[in-house]
Amino acid sequence: MTKAALQLNDSGQDSLLLSLSGDWLLDAERPDPDEVISRLGQASKPKSVAFNSEDLGEWDTGLVKTLIAIVQGAHENGVDIDASGLPTGAQRLVALAFAVEEREGARRVFRKESFLEELGKNVMSGLASGRELLTFTGELVLSCGRFLRGKATYLRSDATQYIQEAGAEAFPIVSLICFLIGMIFAFVGVMQLKLFGAGIYTADLVAVAMVREMSAIMCGIIMAGRTGAAYAAQIGTMKVNEEVDALTTLGMNPTDFLVTPRVFALIVMMPLLTVYGSLMGILGGTLVGLSMLDVTLVQYIEQTLQSVHLNSLFGGLFKSVVYGILVAVAGCQQGMACGNSALAVGQCTTKAVVMGIVLIVVSASILTVIYINLGI
Amino acid sequence: MENAQAHITAEDLTMAYGDFLIQKDLNFTINRGDVFIIMGGSGCGKSTLLKIMIGLKTPATGDVFYDKEPFWASSDAERELTKRKFGTLFQSGALWSSMTLAENIGLALEQYTGLGAAEIREVAAYKLMLVGLAGFEDYYPNEISGGMKKRAGLARAMALDPDILFFDEPSAGLDPISAKLLDDLILELRESLGTTVVIVTHELASIFAIGNNSVFLDPVTKTQLATGNPVEMRDHHPNFDVRNFLQRGEAA
Repeated sequence: MTKAALQLNDSGQDSLLLSLSGDWLLDAERPDPDEVISRLGQASKPKSVAFNSEDLGEWDTGLVKTLIAIVQGAHENGVDIDASGLPTGAQRLVALAFAVEEREGARRVFRKESFLEELGKNVMSGLASGRELLTFTGELVLSCGRFLRGKATYLRSDATQYIQEAGAEAFPIVSLICFLIGMIFAFVGVMQLKLFGAGIYTADLVAVAMVREMSAIMCGIIMAGRTGAAYAAQIGTMKVNEEVDALTTLGMNPTDFLVTPRVFALIVMMPLLTVYGSLMGILGGTLVGLSMLDVTLVQYIEQTLQSVHLNSLFGGLFKSVVYGILVAVAGCQQGMACGNSALAVGQCTTKAVVMGIVLIVVSASILTVIYINLGI
Repeated sequence: MENAQAHITAEDLTMAYGDFLIQKDLNFTINRGDVFIIMGGSGCGKSTLLKIMIGLKTPATGDVFYDKEPFWASSDAERELTKRKFGTLFQSGALWSSMTLAENIGLALEQYTGLGAAEIREVAAYKLMLVGLAGFEDYYPNEISGGMKKRAGLARAMALDPDILFFDEPSAGLDPISAKLLDDLILELRESLGTTVVIVTHELASIFAIGNNSVFLDPVTKTQLATGNPVEMRDHHPNFDVRNFLQRGEAA
């Protein structure tokens, strides 16, 4: 392979002859067209540019790219181009590149927005999405009314499917997470309470924490990642695929058909998962307690039973229902608001998970304060 | 067509997304039994017009009249009733992926008729036979090819024996033979059922093969340039852009 070279021959005032030689390939080193272009911009610029390609070897886009830069430079400076000295293929490609003029206004101009402008836009879009969420919630409430009166259109088979996915299929992960959380609580409890010689109260700590708060929160977060994300992705894909439009045109309410059964699936399954999660957590705590404290199984169980009151249980179950609704609403709302591309489905899934977790933690704090004030 | 009867009329229709105008001042009439083509270059608002006609998007101004009854100016309940006479085939088929073909077709029947499960299945099987998919009742949409999905989508669109069938780019993504077969099928159904057909397409072969009435939307002036029979428009329309489009850029 011979090295590409570009030679400028000023043949008098009128014409600039460019001699191309060697192999002009994209992945090899090529001469820079800047010299030619700056020559075209000078006061003593030539009237036209001609080419000599007798010594040109192989060529590809590497050559055409350089030629286009030269032709553009020539156009800008009002210099004529005589392409007849180029290989026929290259002549045609250059002609083709300039055949359609750039459409006016087609090129994107990137403008830096001022801080205020950006802030204003963000506030407006925040308000818009807030309004969207309110509309969605309103529609959902109406739809739940129809659902409970048996007037909503949905498929029983879909509903049972959602229940199975949100319930039975979540058992393994809920078992693992809650079991480990119970163990962690027990470790912390044993280490601290032993200092006061009150190690047995580890049983109280684990049981009350799991039943009142942790089981519901952990199940909520697991469901946000598992089910909320799945809801957003399922509905978002249906949206992209025009399946939601197809429902609407047949006169079926997409909220009735897609959203409400999913919400109810989580409302039904979350309390069950929470009870199960509490049990798993207490089981984990018991294992740690028995191995690190000098107590018997009977003593530990006795202590646990004394510590958990019905109030705590109902408080935890109520929270789990709230979290279930929030997770389902976040998932379905993001799915229904999904844009029209594969990228949008990914974004709405991410948003659904983030929104679900944030809503859970915020509502957990609010509910805890309310419970304390009500003395539950 | 003799003793033609106006079935669908668009009056001063303007469509916009927010402040962004798509098309304005659309006026056209579709007669009963017409195969009406909505055509125009890419991005001129063909699909948006279809969405307005089937009730998925609200027009900025103007209205569509079905049998002289206004569509958007009527109450939600009335609009639902009008919509029940429509059948729509979406661009990708838009079959519900969690349901079999028979369930896809049966859903609307279950909703709006008093038929029992066995009868619904029979109707679904019959509709699938009409589109050449006999025996595919228990297949899921992801198990069949793109052309078959369109046919199944057509079977679903015909589930409630609609007065009007809407098609969004029926031949997009189909090989020439499948596209031709789908065209034939559309014509055949129109002949035998007397349905009015509205098609969004820019497939010239289809336009001339099946269309007898049309509207041409222009993305530059943002309004309709022509309405009428596509063959006459190709040969005689005074506007160069219209002829040029219909003659594949070879108009003199």
